[in-house]
Amino acid sequence: MNTYLLAADEVNPLAPHPVEIIVGLIAFGLLLWVLAKTVFPQFEKIYAERTDKIEGGLKRAEEAQAEANRLKQEYQEQLDGLRAEAARIRDDARAEGQQIKAELRAEAESEAARIRARAEEQISAQRESAVRSLRGEIGGLSSQLAERIIGSELSDPARRAATVDSFLAELDGLGSRQVAPTAGAN
Amino acid sequence: MTTMATAPAPGFESPGVEDFQLPPIFGPVTKPVLELVLAAIIVVVLFRLAVRKPQLVPGKMQFMGESFHGIVRNSIAKDMIGKAFLGYVPFLTALFAFILVNNLFGIIPFIQFPTFAHPGVPYALALVVWVVYTWVGIRHHGLGGYIRISTWPPDVPWWVRIILTPIEFLSNIILRPVTLSLRLFGNMFAGHLLLLLFILGGEYMLFTADSILLKILSPFAFLMGIVFTFFEAFIQVVQAYIFVMLTASYIGTVLADDH
Repeated sequence: MNTYLLAADEVNPLAPHPVEIIVGLIAFGLLLWVLAKTVFPQFEKIYAERTDKIEGGLKRAEEAQAEANRLKQEYQEQLDGLRAEAARIRDDARAEGQQIKAELRAEAESEAARIRARAEEQISAQRESAVRSLRGEIGGLSSQLAERIIGSELSDPARRAATVDSFLAELDGLGSRQVAPTAGAN
Repeated sequence: MTTMATAPAPGFESPGVEDFQLPPIFGPVTKPVLELVLAAIIVVVLFRLAVRKPQLVPGKMQFMGESFHGIVRNSIAKDMIGKAFLGYVPFLTALFAFILVNNLFGIIPFIQFPTFAHPGVPYALALVVWVVYTWVGIRHHGLGGYIRISTWPPDVPWWVRIILTPIEFLSNIILRPVTLSLRLFGNMFAGHLLLLLFILGGEYMLFTADSILLKILSPFAFLMGIVFTFFEAFIQVVQAYIFVMLTASYIGTVLADDH
């Protein structure tokens, strides 16, 4: 009985062993110190780098997207500008064409008018000369005609001259007044 | 009869506390003392191997190291402590690794003694934890503030406080390190005792006992020993985890702005 109690006293399982406490605390302290100095900062650094890499990648992708959008808009604007420019050039060309056409027409018209005027001039000049030559010839022809018709009367030069003059005077009046010949009224 | 020729076998002496009194190997150094040193060396060496050449895409060792560190960092410290958790991660990770290796010594062949089946180091570690969370609490709230959040839960009628405040004081300021250390020690002690019982019992049944029946049944004792070895492995991990989890929880409660 006594020895049992004594034995139980000797091996109280709750009693600590001082050597273990000392060695345990030193071992744990050194372990913590070494890990905290050399290992865990490395882990944290790697986590940070990894996070940075992922977030940085996302950020870069966003930036690239924004850049692409900006370029697209720029090209769109340039394209719109070019379209407007092309339309403007086309309009200009059309207007210029119209103008050239109008100018050509006006030129042609004035040329035509000039040609016509000259033709009229020529015609009137020819008429004039025709009238003039006719006037000379008509006298002879008429007198020949009249000679044949009246014969005898014209043998006397003085009467003949008087008759021709009056006849010519009548013709003159005819030519200038454009009246139907009324020689018969003589 | 043959029984007359030999003395009857002695009765089975079940293992007890005496089996935890290990003889010194040299000087005052016993097996648990060597285990403590060995555990520290193993933990340091493994972690140093993990960060030998750190890379963004980790190798095998680095991955295991990061996973271990990550569990304590993200599932224990961050959840329990909150936004100021980062500063406590090294302490908690070192604590977890040190306790875990010492516990697992209980089932590692040829070592087969969980260091913390002796209560000395659990006492010491629990005391360290107590100093840490008390210091953190006083630094964060001041001495009065620390005592108030530890003993003075808000929104409690005065007549409840008469009982509640002494209980809170006792449990938060005095008993926390006691339960923390005894939980770890008790689990390791009981687990080792259980394994001793099955293994030594099986040995007795096979080699010492006279009964043929016991000899035939002895494999079941060994089988149970193996089953309980796996069970112990589980308990050892869980107890290391609980120790660190509670440590983080204590730090978290003294950092919290209300109770």
